[in-house]
Amino acid sequence: MNQSALKIRDLHAWYGESHVLHGVDMVVNPGEVVTLLGRNGAGRTSTLRAVMGLTSARRGSIRVNGQETIGLPRHRIAHTGIGYCPEERGIFASLSTEENLLLLPALKGMAPGMDLAQIYALFPNLAERRHSPGTRLSGGEQQMLALARILRTGARLLLLDEISEGLAPVIVQALARAIGLLRDTGHTVVLVEQNFHFAAPLSDRFYVMEHGRIIEHFGASQLQAKAVALGELLGV
Amino acid sequence: MEIFGAGLPVLLSQLLIGLVNGSFYAILSLGLAVIFGLLNVINFAHGALFMLGAVLSWMAMNRWGLGYWAMLALAPVAVGLFGMLIERLLLRRIYQLDHLYGLLLTLGLALLIEGGLRSIYGVSGLPFDPPKALAGATDLGFMVLPNYRAWVVVASLAVCLATWYVIEKTPLGALLRAGTENPRLVEAFGINVPLMITLTYGFGAALAAFAGVLAAPVYQVSPLMGQNLIIVVFAVVVIGGMGSILGSILTGLGLGVIEGLTKVFYPEASSTVVFVIMAIVLLVRPAGLFGKDS
Amino acid sequence: MNTKLSFGLYLLLLLGLVLAPFFGAYPVFVMKLLCFALFASAFNLLLGYTGLLSFGHAAFLGGSAYVAGHAMKVWGLTPELGLLVGMLMGALLGWLFGLLAIRRQGIYFAMITLAFAQMVFFLAVQLKFTGGEDGLQGVPRGKLFGLIDLHHELAMYYFTLVVCVLGFLLIVRTIRSPFGQVLKGIKENEARALSLGYDTQRFKLLAFVISAALSGLAGSLKTMVLGFASLSDVHWTTSGQVILMSLVGGLGTLSGPLAGAAIVVWLENRVDELGQWLARQSSFDWFNTLGESVSMVMGLVFLVCVLILRRGLMGELIALVQRRWHWATRPGRLRALDSSPDEPLL
Repeated sequence: MNQSALKIRDLHAWYGESHVLHGVDMVVNPGEVVTLLGRNGAGRTSTLRAVMGLTSARRGSIRVNGQETIGLPRHRIAHTGIGYCPEERGIFASLSTEENLLLLPALKGMAPGMDLAQIYALFPNLAERRHSPGTRLSGGEQQMLALARILRTGARLLLLDEISEGLAPVIVQALARAIGLLRDTGHTVVLVEQNFHFAAPLSDRFYVMEHGRIIEHFGASQLQAKAVALGELLGV
Repeated sequence: MEIFGAGLPVLLSQLLIGLVNGSFYAILSLGLAVIFGLLNVINFAHGALFMLGAVLSWMAMNRWGLGYWAMLALAPVAVGLFGMLIERLLLRRIYQLDHLYGLLLTLGLALLIEGGLRSIYGVSGLPFDPPKALAGATDLGFMVLPNYRAWVVVASLAVCLATWYVIEKTPLGALLRAGTENPRLVEAFGINVPLMITLTYGFGAALAAFAGVLAAPVYQVSPLMGQNLIIVVFAVVVIGGMGSILGSILTGLGLGVIEGLTKVFYPEASSTVVFVIMAIVLLVRPAGLFGKDS
Repeated sequence: MNTKLSFGLYLLLLLGLVLAPFFGAYPVFVMKLLCFALFASAFNLLLGYTGLLSFGHAAFLGGSAYVAGHAMKVWGLTPELGLLVGMLMGALLGWLFGLLAIRRQGIYFAMITLAFAQMVFFLAVQLKFTGGEDGLQGVPRGKLFGLIDLHHELAMYYFTLVVCVLGFLLIVRTIRSPFGQVLKGIKENEARALSLGYDTQRFKLLAFVISAALSGLAGSLKTMVLGFASLSDVHWTTSGQVILMSLVGGLGTLSGPLAGAAIVVWLENRVDELGQWLARQSSFDWFNTLGESVSMVMGLVFLVCVLILRRGLMGELIALVQRRWHWATRPGRLRALDSSPDEPLL
């Protein structure tokens, strides 16, 4: 089992003329939970967006389970097995909760994900609001919807951008449990998180970004040792 | 019996004509709105596609002996395919440019198609009889109802409502609605948005052609039949706003009726009443009656 | 590319125009061309420099054509007053259209102007003084300032030349003024202009009125040249025509509309012959009918321009010269709708 779930080499990305990623190198092994740390504007969200093909241009190598995706058309990237929770959650206002849930297609060539019944069992709030317009849900419910959505597709590699942001502590705890569960069921998770206390206990490894580059990389066991340096780096 | 000086039969028959025109306004503005929602292009060629539906039907009837009912199904398919070709080959190249280039491109297309057909068929109308099953009229007592015109209204409403249903109530429609809101994200989620765009344009073209076939026995077929119609449809779209499908349908029908009524009571104004209403709506509610602020 | 060279080229053009009648050019043809060149330049002020696509400029051209023609034929106004009346008509219509159209942006703006222009068209069909389908015939050229008889072809020619040059200079002056800079700023990024404190709506309306007034001038002049005003002047295809002229010549360039007008007017005159030539070459008889369908050729030119020659003739030429002149400059940065800041004169 030598193939990494996600292997990024020398990734450059642009939004229009703005060069936001300057050669990102990153490896995520299957079954790991990896967190991307860094200040606002460091390029963490841009990295995830670049993987999903949401930047205007990108160059380098992005391999998902060994498959090179840099040259793929945007609509084929997810089908390499990725589930993506964007920072803005991406809940569609003109769709109901259930429509939002059912929107994403099952990924080709993957084992099927959870079915609707299982999702509703896991997230009963969503079942209650299934016919409400997607944006009428509370922040926490929208986040759950965003997460539930990708669990249906059979994606094994999950890219989660700031999922704890702006949510009440009790919901954040629920999310943490959910991620633990995902890891236990063999999913690979990449987190972009400002909330250090949320991400730290869950993660196997950490990458630190600044100015569109990876500047630090260490495992969970070194977390204590790095605490002070991290404090400076993140401006916390 | 008279209402405001107009006899009831006259009033009702003009109302029906208004409904007929309104049906075409509804179908065409619906197609325009659907295309605009996803592609962000105002399809100036819509009138030409409408006309193509009629001309194809005329050609089919006179050259290949195909009937009206066959063409009602075939013309939209043919024009829909043509539309998909247009989108793939031409429109796709200009999405990254300023919106106005979309208008200019489709304008060029409209001129090309209409001019081309005009050079073949001239400008005078080609006769087109309604199908035998719908010829003639039914006496309802308070008015004589031309069968074909009633059919046009019924068929148009059916198609409009079917479209509304598919878009608002089905998973396929959910894809379209999501794609209209945020096409890049939907694409990143693994949906083939470029294909959806092509199919949507084709669908809009098919809708226009369907209206064209319906219109052929009403207006008689001419290469110019789409031109003046499309400009009124633009005004309809501005009045209704492109925010909702039902809105487009209601606005189209309503304006057709108003136009019909104006013809009874104030005939000189009938060709401009829609534009006047547009001016008023712009003053009072710039986003359109059903519009979301864009 | 420097200002002196551009200036020199314009001078050369002017010289050519001044001498043209003596070299066998058909004066009425050139005068018609000059009027359309002015029309296209006025239109380009709005599209190429302010970023507003009006699809109703025929209303200004034709509306003023009718009013000026009526003023000179029925009220007996002298030419300069007739032109003034035409200009005012254009400005008035522009103000009315603009007030309402400016409430929406982009595509809606274009559709609204189209709808209003169509209203003007229908009015022209119905009102008596326009003569309906027959048009307004027999418009006299009159005596300029009551002194110079413009029925003399050469007198009319040079008068037209002077008026068009003055109109063009006014446009140049407008573009190169602080007002023009604000317009360009609005085209690039209206939100930014707003945040800088500019009342963008007023600027847009003013640009619209100026463009409409000058279009009205062109229309009135054209009526004098040809002696009549007709429904085709207010038909939406004329609006399409002026868009095409700007597009073919090069949006956002000063010389573009001039070149575009020349090309389109020439093309329309020659489509007949072109069709016949094509028919002979290919023995495909259908080409003979090309003359009847100018709009088809127009449509094709539109497609070609939007897809391939987006910068238009002058735009491409200027870009080519710039590329040669400055190795380092990335010519790809010249977007078609941008007026090049380095090239204010061409």
